[in-house]
Amino acid sequence: MRSGIIAKKVGMTRLFMEDGKQIPVTVLQMENLQVVDQRTADRDGYTAVQLGAGAAKAKRTSKAMRGHFAKAGVEPKRKVAEFRVSAENLIAIGEEISAEHYVVGQKVDVAGTSIGKGFQGAMKRHNFGGLRASHGVSISHRSHGSTGQCQDPGKVFKGKKMAGHMGAVRVTTQNLEVVKTDADRGLVMVKGAVPGSKGGWVTVKDAVKKKLPENVPFPAALKSAAAAAEAPAEAPAEGGEA
Amino acid sequence: MNLIAQLEAEQVSALGKDIPDFKAGDTIRVGYKVTEGTRSRVQNYEGVCISRKNGKGIAGSFTVRKISFGEGVERVFPLHSTNIDHIEVVRRGRVRRAKLYYLRSRRGKSARIAEVTNYKPLSGAKA
Repeated sequence: MRSGIIAKKVGMTRLFMEDGKQIPVTVLQMENLQVVDQRTADRDGYTAVQLGAGAAKAKRTSKAMRGHFAKAGVEPKRKVAEFRVSAENLIAIGEEISAEHYVVGQKVDVAGTSIGKGFQGAMKRHNFGGLRASHGVSISHRSHGSTGQCQDPGKVFKGKKMAGHMGAVRVTTQNLEVVKTDADRGLVMVKGAVPGSKGGWVTVKDAVKKKLPENVPFPAALKSAAAAAEAPAEAPAEGGEA
Repeated sequence: MNLIAQLEAEQVSALGKDIPDFKAGDTIRVGYKVTEGTRSRVQNYEGVCISRKNGKGIAGSFTVRKISFGEGVERVFPLHSTNIDHIEVVRRGRVRRAKLYYLRSRRGKSARIAEVTNYKPLSGAKA
């Protein structure tokens, strides 16, 4: 299992392909994405890498987190997230991941916090049909209607779909195709929509329901490896140790 | 310029399309690439441009209306589509609307558009 990435949702646009197709894409940007910490089996009981992205002001970072970042020798990060990896795919602390981590055509799962909609009625929140426009219906055209039976069971069942707070929850969109990557600017373009608003943080992982292509870099596409070797950028031989 | 606008501008210049200056009311001829099996050829579609949407950017599109065998036909083309071979302005029309949707309910004489007699090309633009 390979590490994912933290990215910022920039917005949506379209790409015209050579064959005349146009593809709607969401542009995701990686900002200073570095490994902040590792979780190892003998110390923590599982293996994972902790990544940090973005730039936070030192004075707005808590003292505890400042110490944590200082230990890793990285600038304070805006967003920190952990990704489970298998032991051989651990990445050294301080390494920076590049956009070539994903190859064109591969499928990814993108998770983020959806846009909050506030308190919404049953029609918008659960796609209820509402009541009729005429035939004696008064005032309650958009209501949810009946919520149950009669004296038996004498209650409304738990989990009944009703009006309430909608959105602002973590949503994962599965199997989005990577259409283009731009390592210089750290951009990954995926086909289709991604949860959350522009400027929001999302996590991108290899799709769990699709097979991983063979040419993806292991353990990750690292900027240090790309800079060090004139060999292909995705040959980070030293990235797996420690 | 934000990143999305920058990416779109880069793509527009990378596509390198030569798009003439035209607007609603102009009669234009669009060469559209059609693939039949393995063969590919250019099909001309000529009619009145009745609407332009979303400007000159990558999302831009235009609608061309023509009367084909007595039946009104409208086609929407993405301005920067790679399937468009060329766009030609046949005639420049004088209209007072940006969207000529009123032409849909008109036939014959009342659907005519007067020609512009004093057309001035945009500075720096050809065609």
